[in-house]
Formats: sequence, structure tokens, C-alpha cells
Amino acid sequence: MTAATLPFAEPVPRLNPLTGLRHTFTLTWRSVLKIRTNMEDVVGLSLQPIMFLLLFTYVFGGALAGGTHAYLQYALPGLLVMTVVFATLGTGLMLNQDITGGVFDRFRSLPIARWAPMGGAVLGDMVRYMISVAITLGFGMVLGFRILTNPVSAVAACVLLLTFALSMCWVSALIGMLVKTPQGVQMFGFLVMFPLVFGSNLLVRQATMPGWLQSFVKVNPMTDLTSAVRGLLTGGPVGTAALHSLLWALGIFLVFAPLAVRAYLRRT
Amino acid sequence: MTNAIEASGLVKRFGKTTALAGVDLVARQGTVLGVLGPNGAGKTTAVRILATLLRPDGGQARVCGYDVARQAHQVRQLIGLTGQYASVDEGLSGVNNLIMIGRLLGQSRGRARARASELLDRFDLSEAAGRPVKTYSGGMRRRLDLAASLVGRPRVLYLDEPTTGLDPRSRSDVWDMVRALVAEGVTVLLTTQYLDEADQLAHDIVVIDHGKVIATGTPDELKDKSGGQVLEVEPADRDLMGVAAAVLAGRTGAVPATDADSGLVRVPVADAAVLPMIIRDLDEAHVELAEFTMRKASLDEVFLALTGDRDPAGPGDDNDEIRELERSAR
Repeated sequence: MTAATLPFAEPVPRLNPLTGLRHTFTLTWRSVLKIRTNMEDVVGLSLQPIMFLLLFTYVFGGALAGGTHAYLQYALPGLLVMTVVFATLGTGLMLNQDITGGVFDRFRSLPIARWAPMGGAVLGDMVRYMISVAITLGFGMVLGFRILTNPVSAVAACVLLLTFALSMCWVSALIGMLVKTPQGVQMFGFLVMFPLVFGSNLLVRQATMPGWLQSFVKVNPMTDLTSAVRGLLTGGPVGTAALHSLLWALGIFLVFAPLAVRAYLRRT
Repeated sequence: MTNAIEASGLVKRFGKTTALAGVDLVARQGTVLGVLGPNGAGKTTAVRILATLLRPDGGQARVCGYDVARQAHQVRQLIGLTGQYASVDEGLSGVNNLIMIGRLLGQSRGRARARASELLDRFDLSEAAGRPVKTYSGGMRRRLDLAASLVGRPRVLYLDEPTTGLDPRSRSDVWDMVRALVAEGVTVLLTTQYLDEADQLAHDIVVIDHGKVIATGTPDELKDKSGGQVLEVEPADRDLMGVAAAVLAGRTGAVPATDADSGLVRVPVADAAVLPMIIRDLDEAHVELAEFTMRKASLDEVFLALTGDRDPAGPGDDNDEIRELERSAR
């Protein structure tokens, strides 16, 4: 047992916070690589918005707005919100798979920042959200959607969507931490997301709804987000709705990010 | 410091279940400590505590002098972990899994890449390096798992049932790798359900049952402790196994076991002086012998003697159960 001759480094007692950031970026790289290598994921990510666009435009368009083009102009901002919100489910799913598959145990046995695996997963998912937004907007334009404002507003709309997604994905992350199986994440995720997405002005004008539902629609953050994105893409008032959605995003983040991180750390 | 791992009085409860009820362990530096026990005995829980994945409810443990609870960050810099739970990322290729770990451990891009290909080479995975891990066979995956735990050149390596579910060839590959690591000065803590594995690899053995240590010692000491020697007799004519068994019973006072498949009759022998008498008796009974062997009791026999009749090599493992307990305890 010649301990002195072994080429082992002495351990250091503390982690430099900057090193923690580097860990996060390494794990972001991992998430992005996984999107590239997992073709099923890419196909699902691209086909889902296309399917939504086709279904909603051509099935509901005539009934809801008297014509498919008019409805597409109205609904596309809502569909952008919907795709991005549904895409946040992927965050919870991936975290849950990492836990059940044992990858997180490997991470936790490494001398890295405790929050880096979560941070990396969330940042990596931003890339997925960008893909969703780009496909929905691009395919919408192929079907005839026109941006009636200017490029700067359009970019602002996308940034707003991504900001909101960045906060919503912590809700998904929390579900991913608390639920036992990936299937469970899917189910609970939909139970949370469906009422939020459909109980809003995302696809249908709220004036057509019963009074009690209108009061829910009014407080639903999706309504503010949709109004803001709609204003930024097709014109109309933006200010209040955009401010409200940013405040909602901040609020959701402040509540759910610490809860998700706590749930993750408590697994030790 | 000559002990790489020192644990004393480790206690861990999940709700009402006590997984560990005061476990002491010592692994000398540069040796293999085998932790044996039936399913649900607490082996995996002990490893998870020593790997900083679980906090003990009582007792303490040190790895190379660092406390696993209070100095977890240091301990994590010293250890490598391979088990069915600490796994690789199925969605990444083999080489990217290893590069990711290297980068997380602070290696430069070039260094991480070089270390990854070195390890892939060593574990005979170079050809599959670019393929996603989900396409790997069980043996390849386990080798990658082992490679992943070695990226940071750990001083202490935990192998939790590293060969469960592997074919004999892959298993002996893993054994060779463990021996090579120990030769480099690495300390290995190995849990296993396979007693021959512990017999082959371990310098010291700890037997755990119901969360308690029920025996410790070198493989030879354990074999000596529980009954010493076994006599195996194979009559040339299998019809005479019963006659042979009667002779052995008469001379040793123990009940022989007859194995119809191998044609062997086995009996524990306390005193070698009875051997000439047994040979003479068998000769007088006209039992011609194909084989007559004295050997030390196998660890299987020791294990059964220690733990009663619980099955030491049952199919599953206790990980699922413990995972379940961990969740419900939250």
C-alpha cells in the first residue's frame, strides 16, 4: 500500500461558483446533443405544431371565424403559446427519466454543483422551445399567416414566448421530480396544462364564453401572454398584456424554481 | 492512513423499515472488500451512504479520512460509482457519455476526449464509441458504466453488483478489470450476490443480513469458521450413490447430500482421520470410485450456514425495493 506514490490529486474543500456555471453549460451541451441524436424527439417536436396548425385552421376556422385565413391570423399567436407550453412538458419528462434511469445518481456522486443538472436540463430545453416556435411560425406562414407589424415586434414576441416557457418549465420540472414514472409526468402535466391552455383566449374569443368561464380566462396568464403575442404579431394593444405576462413569468419562476430545486435536493 | 473506507455504526431507516441497523465496515487501501448478503440485506443502502447519495440516520463513515456526510464534496472527488442505479445516459453515445463526465470533472476538451478514447480502448468499446448507449448489449453497457466511473481516476471504487445479469465471459472480463485496478492501487468495495465472485476477488469479506454484519474475515477465514472441509465422493456406478451415502453418514455422523446430476455425494468432515476408514468401508461395500476429493467448504456453503436457508443468489436485487422505500419516506 504505497499511498505516497499513487498519482491521485488531493481533494479541494469547496466549489467555485463559476465552476458550477461551467458544469451547467456542459450539461446543457448534453441536452442539446440528445435532441440531435434522438430522432423521434425531433420528429415529434416538429410534427406536433404542424398537426395543431392544420387541425385548428381547417377544422375550426370556418366555424369560428367564417374563413380559414381569418382564423389563422387570429389563432396562430395562440397556437404558438400552446406549442411552447406543451413543449415544457418535455423538461419534466427528461428530468424524470434521468432520475428513474439512474443518470442523476451518477451526477450526484460527482463533485459538481448540486443545481447544475437541473440548470443544464432547463437551458438545453430552451433550444427545443426555439425549434417549436420556429416551426409553428414558419409553417403558419406557409399556410398564409402574415406578420402585420414589423420584424422587431415579431422578435419581441418570440422572446416573450421563450421567457414564459423558461418559467413554465419549472412547473414541469417540479412535476418531474415528484411523480414516479415518465407516464405519470405526462398525465399530471396534461392535467395542469390543458385547462390553462384551453381556458383562455388562445383559440376562441372570450366574449363567446359563459360569464364564470370569462372570469377564469381573465386571470389566466395564458390570456395575457396570447394577447401580448397577438398584439406583437398582428397589431393592437400590447403594453399591459406584455407587462402582465412578464410578471406572471417572474412569479411562476419565483415560486416553482425553488420548489423544484428543493424537491431535487431532498432526494439525497 | 491504511484504511480507505471506515464506517461504524451505520443506521438507515426508510419509514418503518430499518435498512441498516448499525453496520461497521473497513476496507484497507489497495484491496477489495466484498460485501455479501441476500436480497434486501442492506448492501445497496450501505454503498449509497458511502457514495454520498444517502445520509445515514446514525453512525459515521469516512472515505480516505473524509466524512461522507460533512465533507461530501471531497469524498465525491475521490470515488467512482458503478451500480445498476448510477448509470450512463442512454440517449448519448458512449464516447459523449465519457467526455461529459470528464468535462464535469474539470478536464479540458482535449484531455476529456483523450481520456474517453483511452478508456473505450481499454474496455473494448472503441468500435461502438459513436453509437447511442441504448443500442448497447448488457455487457457493453456494464463496461461503459465501469469506464464512466473511472474517468476521474478514483481512489476508491464502489461496484454494486457489477456482474449481475452478465454472461460468464463478460463477468470474467469485469473481474480482470477489477484486478488490474487494484494492482494500480485503487481500493474497491464490491457488493455481490455471487459468492464465487467474492471468493475470486475479495481480500476481505463482510456478510450482511437484515441490516447487520453477521460475519467478517478473509474468504479462507470464513470458510474455516463454518465447518472446514467437505468430502466429495463420486461412485463409478451411480446406482451405488445410496450405498456410498450410507457409508459416509456412518463414519461422519452428518447427513450427506447426494446430487443426482453430477453423481456426487457430499458431506462435511470435521476430522480428516476418518478418511482412511471411509475408503476401506467403501471398498468393502464394493463401491468403485470415480472421484474422491477433500476440499474447503465453498463460500456458498458458508453463506447458507450463516444466513439460514435464504436464497443468496435469487433473481432480482434489492434496488427497486429500496428506491420504493426512499420515495415513500419523503
